[in-house]
Amino acid sequence: MTEQPLNPQFSFTDNTAARNRVGGLWQVVFRASTVVGILALVLLLLNIVNQSFGYVAYEANVDPASLAVNGVALADLPKEELIKVLQSKISKASFTKLDKDGPFAKRSSDEVLGLVYERVVEFEVQETWLFWDSLTNKAGIEAQVKKEFPKAKLTFESWINPGFITRPQSSNPVIAGIRTALLGSLWTILFTIMVAFPLGVGAAIYLEEYALDNWLNRLIQTNINNLAGVPSIVYGILGLAIFVRGLEPLTSGAIFGTVDPTTANGRTVLSAGFTLALLVLPIIIINAQEAIRAVPQSLRKASYGIGATKWQTVWSHVLPNAMPGILTGTILAISRAIGETAPLVVIGASTFITFDPSSPFSKFTTLPIQIYQWTSRPQAEFRNLAAAAILVLLMLLLSLNAVAIVLRNRLSRKY
Amino acid sequence: MAQPPLTDIKYVFTTKNLGIYYGKFKAISDVNLNIERNKITAIIGPSGCGKSTLLRAFNRMNELYPDTHIEGEIQFLGQNLYDPQVDAVEVRQRIGMVFQRPNPFPKSIYDNIAWGARIHGYKGKMDELVEFSLRQAALWDEVKDKLHQSGLSLSGGQQQRLCIARAISVRPEVILMDEPASALDPIATLKIEELMQELKKDYTIIIVTHNMQQAARVSDYTAMMMINDQRAGCMIEYDHTQRIFTNPQDKRTEDYVTGRFG
Repeated sequence: MTEQPLNPQFSFTDNTAARNRVGGLWQVVFRASTVVGILALVLLLLNIVNQSFGYVAYEANVDPASLAVNGVALADLPKEELIKVLQSKISKASFTKLDKDGPFAKRSSDEVLGLVYERVVEFEVQETWLFWDSLTNKAGIEAQVKKEFPKAKLTFESWINPGFITRPQSSNPVIAGIRTALLGSLWTILFTIMVAFPLGVGAAIYLEEYALDNWLNRLIQTNINNLAGVPSIVYGILGLAIFVRGLEPLTSGAIFGTVDPTTANGRTVLSAGFTLALLVLPIIIINAQEAIRAVPQSLRKASYGIGATKWQTVWSHVLPNAMPGILTGTILAISRAIGETAPLVVIGASTFITFDPSSPFSKFTTLPIQIYQWTSRPQAEFRNLAAAAILVLLMLLLSLNAVAIVLRNRLSRKY
Repeated sequence: MAQPPLTDIKYVFTTKNLGIYYGKFKAISDVNLNIERNKITAIIGPSGCGKSTLLRAFNRMNELYPDTHIEGEIQFLGQNLYDPQVDAVEVRQRIGMVFQRPNPFPKSIYDNIAWGARIHGYKGKMDELVEFSLRQAALWDEVKDKLHQSGLSLSGGQQQRLCIARAISVRPEVILMDEPASALDPIATLKIEELMQELKKDYTIIIVTHNMQQAARVSDYTAMMMINDQRAGCMIEYDHTQRIFTNPQDKRTEDYVTGRFG
């Protein structure tokens, strides 16, 4: 502008263009950081998917096709036929031992099929390929298999499949599954929720609605905030000291007289659930406090104004209106607990068990521990299994978060 | 001399040298006030002079704010309101309150009314109580076909009358109104004012307002408050509304009600 300013002694220079340039620059920076984040996520997913699918070359001791009875493929045989196949192909002593471990009458046909694969067919993986190689280099892979493993069969496998989820842990990667770990995770998380949710919400209600603003309560509040940042392994050590050792009679079920025969001490589902509950308790408290604080003060006043007691106000107005936020926060905290490995390793989760947890006093393993154990094995095919298990874990987490979103949308109200 | 039956007491509230503190800060100082039964008493004065604080003292809502206490005395129908044996919850049932911004519960219109009665253990016919309360608040005709819609679906003026109906539903003796029409448009304000004239047949009403014309229009008595040199609110004049607005005794009141300042 060329006009003479009104008061020349306060003249401003026109810097609008420069200010807009700076603003634009920052916008680019913010967009770039978002892109980096998304790229990292995409790379992670691609990497996992890359390992979860692909060609597998394996040799079998006995060709499964030769085990077909009257034209019915092995996988479709009824349980009785499968038992017969097993009986005819393995030694009598081994069969008796299997029957002793778990009576065949009680085993499901899937289990028996698994035994047939394990004992008779004896798949042995020779080599696996990544998804990307399998797509782009099919001819090369076939040539390599012909040359190096002339007897091997090459098939395209999805490492994540229904059988993978329903089969128990095994040392043979072809028939190893995650049922044990998945059930262990679910059992553990059940106890985590049962302990952490009521305690966390209760503490949040107390701190927000009842506690006076004095130095003691401020100290408690500060410590809860700090506890939310304590490394999870520290909680593992705490859990080991309190639940596994200190409360062993309780966590092993001894005082209820129902000690699991496979567990000699407190390293049980119950201890794991309690430990993870301690871990997520501060997060749940903080989230619930935020949700309770977000309930408008005018609503509380309206309630008190017609002569409601504190409890009536909290129960009928504060909690229902804070519930979407409380549930969202809790589910996010539980998602974190599901992914925890370190504290469970410390309190003594099993790394290899083939039977399902059946009570709070069972030995257990969880998905992250299973994944950790598989990735640390030397055979390459276990890494494919680990990738498939990671996909299952991610799906579990995503569905939990979806539940959180649905709950929030369904329960949330306008004030 | 025998104590007269409560219904014969002319004054619902009597304050004696009432002072209200927020922590160490004295917000209200030396208020002496008699509130007459079945009349509308307006409290006016500039912003920050403690009108709302004084109003909240009448049903002990101040106790919800941290670190408040009073000195002096408030008598409610001859009884000390702040006696340790008096339960604040019961006080707030007998002395209802309507707030500046309409704050219906995020529930249905019906439940907005019924909830208060329910928590006080009302065992009678709920439908009748709801209808009675809504009729008294002059809202029944507008909402009788949508009782199960959210209270928040109503317009601002209707929401405020719903809040009045909610206050009525627990059978109070006094209704305190804290600038009940300041968030409403002139038509909704007019409806609230007409409603107040109806309500004063059954209830004693104390209203805090910033709107001088409103105080002049609706109230029978007016209390004028102002900040003293210690920054505490005190009452400088209390009289018939007509006299406050036509022939005030205090120069400051005259300046205020004629719009010379404030």
